[in-house]
Amino acid sequence: MSKKVKVYTTSTCSYCSMVKAFLAEKGVSFESVDVTQDKNALEEMVKKSGQMGVPVLDIEGKIIVGFNPKEIEEELGL
Amino acid sequence: MKCRELIIVGAGPGGMTAGIYAARKKMDFIMVTRDIGGQAILSSDIENYLGYQFITGAELVKKFREHVESFNLDIKENEPVKIVQKEGDIIRVETEAREYSAKAVIIASGRVPRELGVKGEKEFKNRGVTYCATCDAPLFTGKSVAVIGGGNAGLDAVLQLIKIASKVFLLEFSSHITGDAVMIDKVKNSDKVEIYTGTRVEEIYGDMVVRGIRVRRGEEVKELEVEGVFVEIGSKPASDFVKGVKKNEKGEIIINPQCETSLPGIFAAGDVTNVFGKQIIVACGEGAKAALAAFLYLNKKA
Repeated sequence: MSKKVKVYTTSTCSYCSMVKAFLAEKGVSFESVDVTQDKNALEEMVKKSGQMGVPVLDIEGKIIVGFNPKEIEEELGL
Repeated sequence: MKCRELIIVGAGPGGMTAGIYAARKKMDFIMVTRDIGGQAILSSDIENYLGYQFITGAELVKKFREHVESFNLDIKENEPVKIVQKEGDIIRVETEAREYSAKAVIIASGRVPRELGVKGEKEFKNRGVTYCATCDAPLFTGKSVAVIGGGNAGLDAVLQLIKIASKVFLLEFSSHITGDAVMIDKVKNSDKVEIYTGTRVEEIYGDMVVRGIRVRRGEEVKELEVEGVFVEIGSKPASDFVKGVKKNEKGEIIINPQCETSLPGIFAAGDVTNVFGKQIIVACGEGAKAALAAFLYLNKKA
């Protein structure tokens, strides 16, 4: 079964586009939230990751900060 | 431990070009790097890279990456290099987790943002303290922020932040703002901006995220309530980890026209060196030169 993936992003962040392109390429479906448009999502992201940098991935509770293809692949079993 | 022919440190434009040249020469090598793209990925608009009338840094890096990956290279990503040291004829490359060695090394580690060096800066990095306005400005929509540095980079950050933040403090250590006149006018005309010159940041404080900064102007100490601190005081070459090679007063690794450093076997390319023109296209050219020079060096030794 595929894991639930949530990506916290902003529209201007290069690594965010790279994370999303990477997931799409691998055929992973994900929910993407723009934290500049959604204050609650920003707070949620800071709480989960303990920092404000984007992108942040939440893969069913596993938090990955930044674009880290290897870690994402491992977590999703790709 | 396996001793390779070559290790390339860094995978920005210089390192990646060196990688392509080394791959085409069928050299036995790996690339060790913190990230792929380096500073290039942070450029919003690029209009002077041959072949593209307009491209963003992210898109250009994606093209570079595709090109590099077509060679099936061994790239050790997320492995910032801690030490490069020559021991006898062998060069040791140490990362946090591992150690590698090679007969030749190309340093293409680029530049990193200069830090303030004040209390709280490290602690609150990515929790309000940021070195990239283009990346992080939107996170501070409706918030009060401080920009440190009154040069063009600082003014550029202020202009981006004026559109989204509720209040922008611009702090400059020297007695006046030094950026372009056009930008200074725009900044001064905004009623959101408060400028402090001759002012030094003493501390960044907060809880889980930044809540404020303590600043000093002469005898006067003041606390400013901000949630974001944009440090825009320039960059420095990422050369501290390279031991024993000659550097200039700016910390740039000194190279000759063949990209050779003062230590035989250690080559350097791009923004980390004293080369004139800190440009993507220059870094690419330098990376190519460094790989060709390393190839010749190894052939002579063999």
